[in-house]
Order: sequence, then structure tokens, then C-alpha cells
Amino acid sequence: MNDLSAILTPEFVSAILLPALIAGVAVSLCASLLGVSLVLKRCSMIGDGLSHVGYGTLCIAVAMGWAPMQVTIPVVIAAAYILLRLSESSRLGGDTAIALFSTSALALGIFASSKANLMTDVSHYMFGSILAMTKGDVIFSVILSICVLLVYLLFYDKIFAVTFDENFARATGLNVRFYNLLIAVLTAVTVVLGMMMMGALLISSLMIFPAVTAMRLCKRFSGVVMTSVIVSVGCFLLGLLFSLMFDTSVGASVILVNLAVFMIASLISVLLHRARPGKG
Amino acid sequence: MAYITCQDITLRYEALTVQEHLSFTVEKGDYLCIVGENGSGKSTLMKCLLGLKSVDAGTLTYGDGLKRNEIGYLPQQSQIQRSFPASVREVVLSGCLNRRLIHPFYTKADKARAAEQMECLNITALADRCYRELSGGQQQRVLLARALCATQKLLLLDEPLTGLDPLVATELYAILRHIHEEHGITIIMVTHDVECAVRHAKTILHIGKHESFFGSCADYEKSEVGRRFLGESVTQEHCSNCDHGHAHLPVQADGGEREAET
Repeated sequence: MNDLSAILTPEFVSAILLPALIAGVAVSLCASLLGVSLVLKRCSMIGDGLSHVGYGTLCIAVAMGWAPMQVTIPVVIAAAYILLRLSESSRLGGDTAIALFSTSALALGIFASSKANLMTDVSHYMFGSILAMTKGDVIFSVILSICVLLVYLLFYDKIFAVTFDENFARATGLNVRFYNLLIAVLTAVTVVLGMMMMGALLISSLMIFPAVTAMRLCKRFSGVVMTSVIVSVGCFLLGLLFSLMFDTSVGASVILVNLAVFMIASLISVLLHRARPGKG
Repeated sequence: MAYITCQDITLRYEALTVQEHLSFTVEKGDYLCIVGENGSGKSTLMKCLLGLKSVDAGTLTYGDGLKRNEIGYLPQQSQIQRSFPASVREVVLSGCLNRRLIHPFYTKADKARAAEQMECLNITALADRCYRELSGGQQQRVLLARALCATQKLLLLDEPLTGLDPLVATELYAILRHIHEEHGITIIMVTHDVECAVRHAKTILHIGKHESFFGSCADYEKSEVGRRFLGESVTQEHCSNCDHGHAHLPVQADGGEREAET
């Protein structure tokens, strides 16, 4: 175990830790908000699929010498639109279509980067490196996170309606396709931002864990959303602390803290059910 | 002009053509029940009326000032996720969304409207309860309150009685009568319970594989197809879904249908 007071020098804190902290909290917030909709709409796979596409695009961007984030975000937004259409109208079935599409994109990216001999350069996007984010990346992440947050808040009621009962929303004249697309675009942006810090392998669980934990504990949609945000930000901070103390990967530590919290929440919900038999 | 005019429409379910040359109108103030055997295209027709699916041929038009966002809809229970964490208030309020185009949040008027509908359906006490913890009948009332928030003109119901016990079904019919008569809301209901349909509706649309009927209830009872579907050798039995002691289908035929529907 590391001695925190030795690591936390003023230079480290102001140059590396603080920006990482701000970006991490912002992205965790977005991830947890969107996670609620993804889990309830039963399309958690979209988050995972988008992270594959995002990673593939990153590889190509690095191989070509383009700016990684600025190239990846529009591509992943386009992919989100395509994945949504695929899962709506596919003869293969949503999950299968997503898997085929996203692994193909991933393969293409790895193909390109191995051809350019850059596998070691891109491998850190696999596991994320929040402490290695540049100042530009941090500012970019925070601005985009604020945009995601604002859009989510503005459309909160409609996102609820579309998540709860899509057919009713469509039948009563709401533009469901637009709101689904909105959710997908916000998810895409969040996935790319999260990939920089958590890694492509772990970002989808950053979206799903807090939502599932909150669903164990809350009975109202608004409660689930708020609890999910609190769980997500709390787990991020704890995970970051652990990673500094034990010198472990930030992404992996955050997810493991999420797992622990999820298990505790499950236990609490089981105990609550026991205490009130017949309800539930 | 009628609220809904269907002219010579064809309905397909996947590759199968289930109805051809179907024409009917729904006037303001009507109470229309759509009946027919399983597989005759009732649910497909409902999807078309709701705009969830387009008709495969012919025309379906809205008229008499009816707009897309002035329709209320009560879906089949099975189509709602039963494990969704949402309070009754949140669900009912979401019915108000279609009249709110620019304003991002619920207005005072929306909240008042939701409260009024909850009062009307006697679920005010449940407002903060979790939707998934309610009984089937209570859930149905919540969804009905949501549908009434969405409309002041036309309410569409898709097999609203499936899975409800007889007492709750009777209650639901009484509620529908009330909102039809007191609030002047036009009703279109798809149902497999032809006995109750004839009892409560003004107009019947029977869609069958070979023959169809569209007209008043009285005419339907006299018509060939109606007599056959209502059962010519009726046994006097208490209908499980109505509190009226009217004629009922022979048990085998009716039981068989219900088995298949659920």
C-alpha cells in the first residue's frame, strides 16, 4: 500500500489529479444518467457495441495520425444511429446485429493499427488512462459532459416516457425516433469520453452498474436516476482513491467498487423483501 | 367528416394478408368495439389506427379536427415492462407530454390535469406507490388515467380485459361508460368478448377471415355473421365480464378463444 501523503505532492495534485478528478466526475455523471435508460430499455448491449466501434475508430485515428477524440466522436455517433436502426428492424435480432457490426468495426481498427505497427500506442485505450489525459482532453471532456447533462435534463420527461412505454409515446404523437436517437447520441459521446479514462473494455459497465444498483433500491424513476448518479460518482471517487493507494488501474478499481456496492444493494433489497413479506 | 375514415384498407401480418377491402368510419361520440376471431387482424388494425404501422393498401385518414397528438391509448398489459421502477404519479403525468411541444418541464396545468384524472379513477391514494407493486386492476386504472391525460377526444383500448378478474372488468366497463357519457370521449376498443361488446358499444366492427360487418349493435345482432359469432344456441349464463345476466356463448367456444388469447 502506498503512502498517500508521499504521492499527493502539490504538483501531482494540481497538474494530474485535479483535472482527472473533474473529468472523471463529469463523465461518471453522464454515464450513470444514460445507463438508467439503456438498462430499462433493455439495450445495455448498445453501450458495449459502441465502445467496440469507438476503440476501432481510435485505432484507425492513431494509425492515421488524426486527433483521436475529435475523429472518434462523430464516427461513434453515426454508429449509434446505425445500431439503433439495426436493432429496430433487423431480421437477425438486435443483439446479434450489434455484435456483428461492432466487432467488425473493432477488427478493422486493430487491422489498421497492427499494419502501422502501433499496437502498443493504442493498447492504453483498451484499459484507459485517466491520469495520463492531456489538459485539452480534460477540458473537452468536461464541456461535452456538461452538454450531455443539459440535454438530458431538458428532455428528462420525454426520456422517461420513451423508456417506460415506447408504443404509448409513439401512439400519442411523440417523436419517439428522435428521442431514441437523442439517447443514442448522448450515449455515443459518453462512451468515447469514458473510453479515454476507463478504457474500452470497462466503459459499458460504468454505465450499467450504477443503474442496476439504483434499481435495487428505488421505486421511482426520479429516485433511480438520482441514486444512480450518486452511486456512480461515489464509486468513481472511491475507485480512484484505491488505485492511488494500491497502485492499480483506475478503471478496474472503479468497476470493482461498483461491483461491491451492487452486491451490498442487492443484499439490502433482499433483506427488505424479507422484512415485508407479500410485497414486491 | 369523421374522426377516422378507413377506405378499402388491406392489413398484413408479416407476409400474411389478414384483411382486404375493409372500410369503416369512426364518428365523434361513437363507442366502437372491434371484434373477430384470433388471427383476423384486430391487433394489426389497432396498430394502424394508432399510427404504429401503416396500412398496406387503401387509405386511413384522421378528420374532424383530430390530430395525432390528441389520442389516448390503453395498451395490452403485457406490453408494459412489469419491473419498471416508476411511481404512479410519474406514469400518469407522462400522458400529458403530447400536448407540450416546447416547454421542457411539466407545467402546473399538466400536474392539475394528472391529479384530476387520478381523482376520477380513484387512484389518488396510490400516487406515490410504485407502479410494479400494484395489482392488475390498479395498474389498468393507472394506464387509463395516463391515456385520459393524453386525450379529450378519442381513446383506443387494446384488449383491456385480458388478465383481469370479472369484478375488475365490470368496474372497467363502468368507468368507460362514465368517460364516454360524461366527458364525451369517443371510444374504440378491441376485444374478444363479443357479448360485452354488444352490450356496451354503439357500433360494432366485426372482422373475420371470410366476412366482415360494420354497423350498429342492433343490426349486428340481427346479421348472419353476428348471430353466428354470438352463438345461435345460446346458453343462458352469467357473463363473467358483465354484471348483466345476458346470453352467453357456449362454454367450449368461448373458453377456447380465451385460452388462445392469453
